[in-house]
Amino acid sequence: MIMKLPHALGLGLALGLSGLPVWAQDSAQNSTVEQLQQQLLQLRRQFEETQRQQSAQIEALQRQIEALQVKPPVEATAPAPAAAAPPAHPAPVADAAPAQAAIQTWTPAQPIPVMRSGQDYLNLSFKMLATAGLSTSTEAGEEIELGHHDPAGRGFTLQAAEIALDGAVDPYFRGFGNICMSVDPDGETHVDLGEVYLLTTALPANLQVKAGLFLAEFGRQNQQHAYQWDFVDQPIILNRLLGPHSLRDPGARLSWLIPTPFYTELMLGVFHGQGHSAFSFRSHDYDGTHGRTSLERELHGPGDLLYVPRITSSFDLSDTQTLVAGASGGFGPNNSGADADSQIYGLDLYWKWKPVHAEHGFPFLAWQSEGLYRRYEAGADSERDMPSEDLDDWGFYSQIMWGFKRRWVAGLRGEWADGNTGAWDASDRFRGERIRFSPNLTCYPTAFSKIRLQYNLDDGDRFGTEHSVWLQGEFLLGSHGAHKF
Amino acid sequence: MNRLDQPLANSRARWPSLLLAACVLSSPTAWAKLRVVTTTPDFAAIAAEIGGDRVEVTSLGKPTEDPHFIDARPSLILKLNRADVLVEGGAELEIGWLPSLMDSARNPKIQRGAPGNVYASEGIEMLEVPSVLDRSMGGVHPVGNPAFMTDPVNARIVAERLARVFGQLDSKSSALFNANLKSFSDKLAGKLIEWRNRLAPFKGSRIVAYHNSWPYFARRFGLQVDLFLEPKPGLPPTPTHLAQVMAKMKESGARVILVQPYLNRHTAETVASHTGAVVVDAAGFPGGVKGTEGDYCKFMDHLVNSLADALGGKTPSTQQ
Repeated sequence: MIMKLPHALGLGLALGLSGLPVWAQDSAQNSTVEQLQQQLLQLRRQFEETQRQQSAQIEALQRQIEALQVKPPVEATAPAPAAAAPPAHPAPVADAAPAQAAIQTWTPAQPIPVMRSGQDYLNLSFKMLATAGLSTSTEAGEEIELGHHDPAGRGFTLQAAEIALDGAVDPYFRGFGNICMSVDPDGETHVDLGEVYLLTTALPANLQVKAGLFLAEFGRQNQQHAYQWDFVDQPIILNRLLGPHSLRDPGARLSWLIPTPFYTELMLGVFHGQGHSAFSFRSHDYDGTHGRTSLERELHGPGDLLYVPRITSSFDLSDTQTLVAGASGGFGPNNSGADADSQIYGLDLYWKWKPVHAEHGFPFLAWQSEGLYRRYEAGADSERDMPSEDLDDWGFYSQIMWGFKRRWVAGLRGEWADGNTGAWDASDRFRGERIRFSPNLTCYPTAFSKIRLQYNLDDGDRFGTEHSVWLQGEFLLGSHGAHKF
Repeated sequence: MNRLDQPLANSRARWPSLLLAACVLSSPTAWAKLRVVTTTPDFAAIAAEIGGDRVEVTSLGKPTEDPHFIDARPSLILKLNRADVLVEGGAELEIGWLPSLMDSARNPKIQRGAPGNVYASEGIEMLEVPSVLDRSMGGVHPVGNPAFMTDPVNARIVAERLARVFGQLDSKSSALFNANLKSFSDKLAGKLIEWRNRLAPFKGSRIVAYHNSWPYFARRFGLQVDLFLEPKPGLPPTPTHLAQVMAKMKESGARVILVQPYLNRHTAETVASHTGAVVVDAAGFPGGVKGTEGDYCKFMDHLVNSLADALGGKTPSTQQ
């Protein structure tokens, strides 16, 4: 760079100066012209002389650099231990300089190498996730695919279009934000603020705070966005207990990386706990309150907030196997009664095998399972003839992903969910026994796109047996966020 | 006491009992040593040369692992959390996994811009910096090809940098670091002449590589590595592209295919059998091929010798 600048300047100057005589001819006085020409000649000579000197200096410096790069530092006056080798072959050192110089010669057509990392102060990306589907169910979107980002039924669905931003705020915080758009079956576009939060990077004592609006760290999949899921749709038990929008709310989370010899992280999330993305808690619709009229409970104190504790540990079982296990809870009031509370408990397990020689991360085998249980204390609603009762729901999903060949992943998921009997069960889409099997096959042309085919065999108390086939596509523009394990 | 004791002093205050005992038992002599974490084993080998017994070096990536696709396992968070120095290549080599680990590591000592963060590509003259960024061209690195450590001159630049950083963080040992730097540089200077001589007869030879990881090596030793089995960086080989490569190999007499241990050797062997070429197991890192663990010069020895053998018509003796 430094040596290129004088060349470019010199070129510019020479071009500018060579234009001068033409312009001078227009002037009337011949003597003036001669004087100017003489001056020009002098200037030109001086300029050429300087240029010659400079290029000589540059060449000399370049040779010195070359010599230094090849030889040990000059201050190394003591005889080198390897001194026996150099005298035997003095030639190669000398021939290095011209070879190097020939490669380094710069022309204006070449890009100028500038160190840069990230184009701006933030990483920006845009993602799209869309599905086309066939189902034996005429009401797939109302009965069997209940997640906000699930396919909306037969035909085409735009599951999500997402703008994501992240970056370092300053030396103390990192910031994340994503705006998520989807289109419902009526063609209406919905815009959701997905997550907006800051994350501390420099707190003492291994502590970290996350604050803003974010997906609660409950189990594994709740923290993932739809495009990170291994399947087209949300697991049934997560949909029922953590909600169609996942458990996502304004709040703060404190985490402590415990100084044990293996990885253990303890977290406590505190959330506002209100609205459709706090489904089992202070949500306002009949699905969330299981048929009761929502009470609009207000916050009276810290006891009315939603608390989400989690502990997770990980072990490298061998050079090729890793295990991550976690336990989570969710505790807070719900809107079905004045004193009604909900409690959710979850266990999650993730195991991955990847051989020592993996090509682009393939092959691999990954097993992921989550089991959840919820007690929902439903209040009495005399107007709608609803008794006070405890609704218990439980279930699990277990999935195995096999990256059998570079680019290709085959998956199989099995799920089961059930609960006790409730007064509103006949109308409740989010309760009752249900079993689902979903094999799928995903192709990742690059890290920026995927194509997925999935079949669902679905059996539920409410709808009998249904079959569905989904074809999903995804693309990503812009910066690709780092993968989490 | 030096500054390295501070984090432990914190945890001592918090955990007077069992957990501290566990830490102490697991690393009894680690207290005064600098804990150096590197993303790839080549930086680890050089950090060990320079740091000697005053550092404890760990590489996050294994020598056989593709540095683009390292799993962000939680155990790596712990290593970063306890590190005094992080050596990363930069140039977006680790972009797919390191940032999420750093988000969780909560260690200000190694954050970008901190004294303990070494961004090794700084100070390296990067090659193949694209003038246009377009992902339809495949996995192109916007700041240039990140595989710069196969040029011993670059290895020396990184070694100097590490000696300086280690010396800043552990000033009592800076004389030792400088002495280690000098002996490493001397060794490297001697070796460079040896490697040059070994490859001198093959100057200008055309060599095929599975992935474009060799521009720095090729420039240093006057070789021409410009045929790749991948049609575009990071995309798997297609039959059409391989047919073109084979035609060009026959035309130009290219007889050697370089394959890193984490890539598909089978494809390279198929190409080799059709063209009479030889497949050379070219480790990208020390330890990628047996016998080169933790030693930069041994790694380069293996690379240079197996390549020279193959170019000279000998079949490589070590096959995996």
